[in-house]
Amino acid sequence: MATLTPAPVRSRPAPAAPKNPGYPQGHEPVHNYLHEPGPGPEVTGFARFRAIAWEWMTTVDHKRIGLMYLASVSLAFAVGGFLALAVRLELFTQGETIMTADTYNQVFTMHGIVMVFLFIVPSIPASLGNFLLPIMIGAKDVAFPKLNLASFYIYGIGAVVALTGLAFGGVDTGWTFYTPYSKETVDGVLFMGLGVFIMGFSSILTGLNFIVTIHKMRAPGMTWNRMPLFLWSIYATSIVQILATPVIGITMLLLFLERVLQIGIFDPALGGDPVLFQHFFWFYSHPAVYIMILPAFGVVSELMGTFSRQRVYGYRAVALSSVAIALLGFLVWGHHMFTSGQSPVSSVIFSLITFLIGIPSGIKIFNWVWTMYKGSVWLQTPMLYALTFLFLFTIGGVTGIMVGALSVDIHLHDTYFVVAHFHYVMMGGTVMAMLGGLHYWWPKMTGKLYNETAGKVSALLVFLGFNMTFFIQFIMGSQGMPRRYYDYPDMPWLEPLHQISTVGSWVLGLGLMVVWANGMWSLWKGKPAPGNPWGGATLEWTAATTPPDHHNFHHTPLVTHGPYDYNAALYGASGDGMSGDGHAAPVPDVTVGVAQNERFIDDGTSQPDSLS
Amino acid sequence: MQIQDTVATRQEFFTGENGLWLPPQESTTAHQIDGLFNFILYTSTLLTLIVAAAMVYFVWKYRRKTTADRAVDVKESKFLELVWVIVPTLLVVAVFFWGFTSYVGTSIPPANAYEINVKGQKWFWSFEYNNGIQTTGEIVVPVNTPIKLQMTSQDVLHSFYVPEFRIKHDVIPNRYSYVWFEAKEEGTYQVLCTEYCGTAHSNMGALIKVVGRQEFNDWVASGGGAGQGDNSLVEYGALLYEKQQCSTCHSIDGSAGTGPSWQGIWGNTHQFTDGTSAVVDDAYIIESILYPGNKIVAGYQNQMPAYQGKLDDGQLKGIIAYIKDLSGAAAPEELLKPSEGGISVDESAEVDVDGAPEATPGQGAGAPADAVGITTGQ
Repeated sequence: MATLTPAPVRSRPAPAAPKNPGYPQGHEPVHNYLHEPGPGPEVTGFARFRAIAWEWMTTVDHKRIGLMYLASVSLAFAVGGFLALAVRLELFTQGETIMTADTYNQVFTMHGIVMVFLFIVPSIPASLGNFLLPIMIGAKDVAFPKLNLASFYIYGIGAVVALTGLAFGGVDTGWTFYTPYSKETVDGVLFMGLGVFIMGFSSILTGLNFIVTIHKMRAPGMTWNRMPLFLWSIYATSIVQILATPVIGITMLLLFLERVLQIGIFDPALGGDPVLFQHFFWFYSHPAVYIMILPAFGVVSELMGTFSRQRVYGYRAVALSSVAIALLGFLVWGHHMFTSGQSPVSSVIFSLITFLIGIPSGIKIFNWVWTMYKGSVWLQTPMLYALTFLFLFTIGGVTGIMVGALSVDIHLHDTYFVVAHFHYVMMGGTVMAMLGGLHYWWPKMTGKLYNETAGKVSALLVFLGFNMTFFIQFIMGSQGMPRRYYDYPDMPWLEPLHQISTVGSWVLGLGLMVVWANGMWSLWKGKPAPGNPWGGATLEWTAATTPPDHHNFHHTPLVTHGPYDYNAALYGASGDGMSGDGHAAPVPDVTVGVAQNERFIDDGTSQPDSLS
Repeated sequence: MQIQDTVATRQEFFTGENGLWLPPQESTTAHQIDGLFNFILYTSTLLTLIVAAAMVYFVWKYRRKTTADRAVDVKESKFLELVWVIVPTLLVVAVFFWGFTSYVGTSIPPANAYEINVKGQKWFWSFEYNNGIQTTGEIVVPVNTPIKLQMTSQDVLHSFYVPEFRIKHDVIPNRYSYVWFEAKEEGTYQVLCTEYCGTAHSNMGALIKVVGRQEFNDWVASGGGAGQGDNSLVEYGALLYEKQQCSTCHSIDGSAGTGPSWQGIWGNTHQFTDGTSAVVDDAYIIESILYPGNKIVAGYQNQMPAYQGKLDDGQLKGIIAYIKDLSGAAAPEELLKPSEGGISVDESAEVDVDGAPEATPGQGAGAPADAVGITTGQ
C-alpha cells in the first residue's frame, strides 16, 4: 500500500524526484487513459494498431475526445496559418506577387473560415474544456459521453462538407458570406454554408453537455464559488453556444435556399434585403467572438493564479463578469453595421451597449494584474503566454473602444484597423491563452515535460512576431488601407508597411513552429512529468495522477477549499512544500483500500483497480 | 474643358500634417472625428502603459525567490474594485456621448448640399450630375461647397470611402444611401471601395478632383470634359480607356485580367464560349462594348457591364482607334490631333455598326447639357 512520499520541506537545492514516487497500486503512470483501455499484450502487429485505432475512434472518454479535438483544431490552425502566411506574402509587393486576385480572394476566405469555424470556435472549449472540465469538478466524465463523441464526429463531418466546397469552385466571399455577392458567386458557398451549419450542431451539443455536467456532476464540496474560473468561463461560453449557434444555422439554411430556390429573402434582385443578412449573420457572429474569447479568459485566470501562487483577485467579479459578457454579448451585433445602412438610431443604441460590455472586460484585466500583487510570480512559459495575453488583449480591448465609437468607426470600419483589432483579440487573446494553457496542462495530458527554454524562446518569438505583424496594421488602417485588398494600387506608399507586417508574420510563424517542435520533441524524448509540476491547486493537479487514469479519480474527491487556495492545497496535510518547481511533485492522495484522509470520502464510486 | 491631372493623390505615408495615425484632414468635418480618435488614442495608450507597467513591476517585485515561496494573503479591497469599475465606466460613457454627438454632427448633410448621383458596380464608380453629365472613375467638385453623394449599387455591396474626408458608407443595390463632405482645399483625393466585392475589389478606386468654383463651372459648361478636345482619336481612346475604367479589367500589355487584354487583338479571330468565332473589327468591338453579354471570349466570364446608352459614337470611335493603335494598325489621321488635320469626332460620320444590334447612344456626355453650375454667391 503505497502512500505519499513526503519530500523534505524547504530544503535547497531540491532533491531529485524519488525513483519510485509511490503511486497507489493501479495508478502508476502506466495506467493512464492514453494506454488503457487497450488491447492486451497478445495482440501484436497490424491487428494491434487496428485495435488501438478502433479504441480511440469509438472512445467515450472525455480525455481522449479532448485530445482528438486538440489534434483536429491544431491541424486546422496550421492550415489556416499557412493560408495567412500566403496572404501576407502576396501583399509583400504591389501587384501580383505569388497569386492572382481570384486565388487571393479564395485564400483569405479560407483563412477566415478555417480559423473561425474549424479552429477558434471549438479550440479551447472542445480540446482543453473536454479534457479538463470533468476532472476539474471531480467527475468521471461529462454528462453525456456518447453525445460528446457524436459532437466530435459532427464537427469532422461539417469540416469535410465545408472543404468539399473547394472541389466546387471554392469560396471567395470572405468568412462573412455577405449577400448578394455570396448568392451569385461560385457554388462552393453551398458546401461551405452547409459545413458551417453542420459544425454548429457540434458546438451546440458540446455546450449542452458542459452545462449539464457542471450543474449535475460536481463533486461533493465543489460549490459554485469553488469552481475554477476556467469552468465559469466554459459555462458562460456554453450558454452562448446553445443560444446563438442556431441563428447561424438558420442563416446558412436561408442562404442555401436563396441560392437553390431563389426564395428572395437576401437578394435585392428578388426583392430581398442584403442588410437583413448582415443582421442574421452578426446575431450569431458577434456572440461567437465571445465563444472564442471567454474560454481564454478562463485559461488566463488559471495561469495567473497558479503562477502567482495567489488566489485570483476578485474571484466573484471575474466569474460573474464572464456571465455578464455572455449575456450582453447578444445585444451588440449591430456595431458591425454602423456603415451598412441600418437605422442611425439602432447604431446609437448598439454603440452604447458595446461600451457597456467593455466594462466587465476591463474589470477582468485589472483583477488579473492585481492577482500578482504580493504573490510569488513564477515566470515559466505558461505565465509568459498569460502576460502576453494581458498585454495584447488590453490593446485589443482599447482599440475595441476606438471602433465602438460611432463617428470614429465610420473612418475605421472595414480597414486594417479592424483587422488588427480582431487579431489582437482573437490571436493575441484566444491563441495566446490557448498556447499558455497547452503548456500548462501539457504534462497532465501527455505525462511528459516540454523543454522550458524552447518554450520561453517560442513565447518571445510569438510576442515579437505578433506585434510586428499586427501593430503596424493599426497604423495602416487608420491611414486608410481597406481590408480584403489583393493589391494597393492607389496607395503605393503602403508597401514598406506591408513588408514590415509580412516579415513579422514570418517571425510569428517561426515562433509557432518552435511550439510545435517542442511538443513533438516532448512526446518523443520528454522527461516524465511529475504529478503537479506547477503547484496547481485545482483537482486535476491535486487529485488525479499524471496522466489521469481512465476513470480520472480512484474515489470521488471531496473538495474542502477553493480553487486558488494554494496554502491549503500545497502545504496542508498532504503538501510536501516543494510543489510548483518540477522537483518533487505531490503525489495525489488516491490510496487504495485504506481509510481515506479527510479530503476524500468513499461514496461508493471507487473503481476496481485497472488490471495490469 | 479638361481638368488636368496636375495634383496627384497623396503619395506618402507620413504627411507630418496629422501625425502618424491619420491622413490629412481635408473635409470640414474631419476634425470632429480626429478629436475623438486622438482622445481615445491618448487615453488608451496611457491605460495600456499603466497596465504594462504594473505587470512588469509585479513580475519583478514579487518574483519567486525560493521554491517554497508562499503568497501573502491579500484581503480584497472593495474600494480598489469600485475604482476600476467606476473609472472605466465614466470614460466609456464619455466616449460614447462624444462619438454620438460627432456622429450626428458629421453625418447630416446641410440642406443646400450639391447632389451628385453615384453608382457602384463591379468594379468601378460612375457618377451622374443633375444636368446629365456622366463621368466614370472620377468626379469634379467645387471647393468649400457641401457635396452630397446619393449612392446606389448596380450589383453587389460596395462601400464608398475617402480617408482624407473621413467618410464611408455602404452602397447597396435597390436602396439609396448617402455620404456628404465639404472639401477644404483644392486637390485630388482617392476614393476606395471598402466592402469586398470580388475579383477587382482592390482596383475599384475613383478620384475626387476638388477645383475652384470658377473652374468647376467652366467644366460643367463644357459638358464635363468628356469631349475629344484637341486630342487625336487614339489619344482620345487612351483617355477613355482610363476614364471609363476599361483599365480595371483589360490590360494593354498582354497580361491576364478579368477580361481579354487589348494588346494586338485587332484583326485576330476570337473564339467564343458558344463555339462561334469572329474577327476583331469595328462591328465586333462596338457590340462587345454596348452588349458585352452577346459574345463571351472563351476562357472568360460574362462580367462586363453593358455600356449601351453610356458612350456616344465619337467615344466608340476613339476606343476603336486606340485598340487599333495597340495593334499598330491605327490610320495616320487617327494619330493626328484635330488641329493638325486629324479626325475630330464631332464632325465624324456615323460609325459603321453593321452586324451589331443597333446602337442607341443615349445622351452623349460630350454634348454640352444645360449647365447647372454653382454660382459663387451660393
